[in-house]
Amino acid sequence: MLQLSGNNQSDGVSATLVDLRRGDAAILDRIDLPGEEARRLMELGFLPGVRITAGFSAPGGDPRVFQVDGSEIALRRETARRLKIRPDGRIARRDKASRLATVPRTR
Amino acid sequence: MSDCGSCHGCGAASVLELPGPGDTRAAAPKSIALVGPPNSGKSTLFNRLTGLRQKVANFPGVTVEQHTGVAELPDGRTVHVIDLPGIYSLSPRSEDEQVAYDVLTGKRTDTPKPEAILLVLDSTNLGRHLMLAAPILALGVPTLIILNMADDLRNRNGHVDLAALSAQLGAPVALVSARQGEGIAQVFDFMAGALAKPTPTELPVLQDVPKCREWAGRVGRQARYRSPAPPKWTHRLDSVFLHPVAGPLVFAVVVLAVFQTIFTAAVPLMDGVRWLFDVSGAWITATLPASVFRSLLTEGVWKGVGSVVVFLPQVLLLFLFIGILEDSGYLARAALIADRTMARVGLQGKSFIPLLSAYACAVPAILATRTIENKRDRIATILIAPFMTCSARLPVYTLIIAAFLPERRLFGVLSTRAAALLGLYALGFLAAVATARALKSSILKSGRTHFVLEMPSYRWPTLQSLGLRLLDRSKIFLRRAGTVILLVTVVLWIMAHLPTQGGHAPAIEHSFAGAIGHAIEPAIKPLGFNWKIGIGLITSLAARETIIGTLGAIYGMDPATRSHDLQSAIQHDLTPGGAVALLVFFAFAMQCISTIAVVRRETGGWKWPVFQFAYMSVLAYSGAFVAAHLIR
Repeated sequence: MLQLSGNNQSDGVSATLVDLRRGDAAILDRIDLPGEEARRLMELGFLPGVRITAGFSAPGGDPRVFQVDGSEIALRRETARRLKIRPDGRIARRDKASRLATVPRTR
Repeated sequence: MSDCGSCHGCGAASVLELPGPGDTRAAAPKSIALVGPPNSGKSTLFNRLTGLRQKVANFPGVTVEQHTGVAELPDGRTVHVIDLPGIYSLSPRSEDEQVAYDVLTGKRTDTPKPEAILLVLDSTNLGRHLMLAAPILALGVPTLIILNMADDLRNRNGHVDLAALSAQLGAPVALVSARQGEGIAQVFDFMAGALAKPTPTELPVLQDVPKCREWAGRVGRQARYRSPAPPKWTHRLDSVFLHPVAGPLVFAVVVLAVFQTIFTAAVPLMDGVRWLFDVSGAWITATLPASVFRSLLTEGVWKGVGSVVVFLPQVLLLFLFIGILEDSGYLARAALIADRTMARVGLQGKSFIPLLSAYACAVPAILATRTIENKRDRIATILIAPFMTCSARLPVYTLIIAAFLPERRLFGVLSTRAAALLGLYALGFLAAVATARALKSSILKSGRTHFVLEMPSYRWPTLQSLGLRLLDRSKIFLRRAGTVILLVTVVLWIMAHLPTQGGHAPAIEHSFAGAIGHAIEPAIKPLGFNWKIGIGLITSLAARETIIGTLGAIYGMDPATRSHDLQSAIQHDLTPGGAVALLVFFAFAMQCISTIAVVRRETGGWKWPVFQFAYMSVLAYSGAFVAAHLIR
C-alpha cells in the first residue's frame, strides 16, 4: 500500500503523533498502550484508521491539541508518542522523510 | 426562537413519540437522571430544568458530585432530577463512571433508580457523542435523546433528521439549546408524557469501542447527519490564547487582573456592607435598654458576624471570575498551558483546575480532584490544595495588609496592597509546589501519567449559570457566618464575660477567654503574638475568617482598643514583625474544619487529614517564627 511504503522510509522507526507539526494530518495506525488506557483514548475518538490533525500546543509544544473525530483533545508528548501513525493518503502537506529528520527525538 | 429552516421538524412537534408497548398515559416519573458526556451542556440543561443551584462549567469532568434538583412541570407536578457526572462510556472504570453506572442500574442505596433518562449529547459532535447512546439505550429505561447546542449546529450549518434518528434509536429525540432555552418545552413534554422503553433497531457489542463508533456513525448517516463547520471563533481565540508567546502573557494578565479587581472594585461594596452593620448596630444600641443581652447582640453578634459578612462582596467577585473562566472554556486552555509546569513538580494540568478552585475554597477543590484518574496525583493535589489562598484567608490578609501597609502605586498601576496580597498568594503557591515536589518524589512517587484533556469550544458564560453560582456561594458564606462563626462568637463572648466579678463582667484579661489566651501566650510569643491574637488563633481553628470576628469582639471589650476600629486596633496590638508572622501563619496553617472533614471523606480515612494538619501546622509555626525574627 502506498501509505505503508511511505511510512517505512524512515529506517524502520514508525512515525507517531509526536512527529506531526501544527496543521499536519495523518491516519492513526495503532495505539501502543495497555488495554485500559488505549480504550480511554478510543472512547475519545482515537480509533485506528481515523484522521488526526495536529493543532495548537502549550508553549514548548507539550502537551499538544489534536483534532480527532470532531473534538479537540490535548495529549502529553509521552502519550502522543505511543500513537503510531501512517501518512494520510489524501493530503501530503510536507515531505514526510524530511519532516521526520528535523523532529528532535529528545526525552 | 427564530424559525429553524435547516433542521427537520423543530418546535413542539419534534419530540417524536414512538408507539411504545401499551401506550399508558401514566403519571410523570418520580425521578429522572441527566446523563451525558462532559461538555455536552448537561449542567446548563439542569439549571434550565430545575433553576436550583448547580455548578456549571465548560471543563471536562467538573460535575463530579451528584447534583439533584426538582423540576416543575407545566401542569404543576414535580420531578426529581439527578445530574450525573459527565461520562464517555458506561463501563465503570473511573469513579465518575462508577457513580453514573450505579445510579442508573439502581445499585446505590442513597439514590433511587431513576425511572427515566435524559441523555444529553452535543449535536455539533454527534458522531462521537452518539457512542454513549448505545449503553444507555441498552439499559432499557425510557430515554429522551437530547441533542443540545442546536443554535451552534444551525449557525455552523449542520443538520440532522430527527425523525430518522428517532426511528433508528427507538426513542424520542429533541433538538435543544439549553443555553438559549430553545426546545426546553419538549423536555418537559417528555417528562410529563408516557414513558416507553427504547426500541433501538440494533445495538453494537458494548465492550467493543470501534464497533460502537461504527454503529454511531451508521446511525448518524441514516439520520442524514451533517456535522457542522469547525468553530471559527474557537480556532481564532486559540491562536491567541495558545500562542507560544501571547498565550502565557494572556494567562498572566488574566490572573493579575482578577486579583487587582478583587482588591479595588470590591472596596465600595464592602464599605456599603460595613455601613449597613454600623447603622443597624447603632440603631440597636439606641433602641434597646442597656443590658447583658444588648451587649451580647452588639459587641458579640453584630461586631463578630458583621466583620465577616463585610467580605462577602470580595468572595463573590472571586467566584464570579472563576465562574467566567470556567464557563467560557478558558480554564481548559489554562490547564494546557500549566501542564508542563505542573509536571515539573510531579503533577499534571488536571491538578491545575482543582488548585485554581482552591483559591476560592479548598472544599470544592478537593471534590474536583475526582477528575484526576491517577490516585497518587489525586492525593498529592488534595494535600496541597489548602495551601492555595482560599477566600476565607482573604479577609484576614486584607485586614492586616490594610492596617500595616500604606496605599501607594507601584509603577503607576499596581497598588502596594494588591502587590502584597499577590505576594501572599505566591507564598501559598510556592508552599504548595514545594510540598508537591517533596511528596511526589517520596511517598507518592509515580511515573509520569497520561494527560488527556478535551478542549471545549469557547462559549459565552450565561447570566443564569453565573447567577446561580454566586447565589450558591452567598448562601454557603452566609450560612457559615450565621452558624459556625455566630456560634464561635457567642461562645467567645460568654467566655469573655465570665466569671463575673461583683455582678459585673470581668476585665477581658481576667475572663476565661483571657485566661486561655494567656495560657497559650508563651507558645505564640516567639511569633510576636499576644494573648488576644492567641484567642483569635484558637477560634480560627473552626474557620480562618473567624479570627476577625473574634478580634472584633475582643477589641470591642478591651478598654485599650475599644474606641478604635478593627484596623487601628490591630495596628495598636501587633508589631510589623508580628503582622508579617501572622500573615505567614495564615498562609500555611490548615485552620478549617470543613476541609479536614472533606479530606477525610475523599481519602477514606484519618491518615491523610492528620498528616496534612500536622504538616501544615508545623510549617505555619516555623514560617511565622522565621518571619517574626527576620522583620523586627
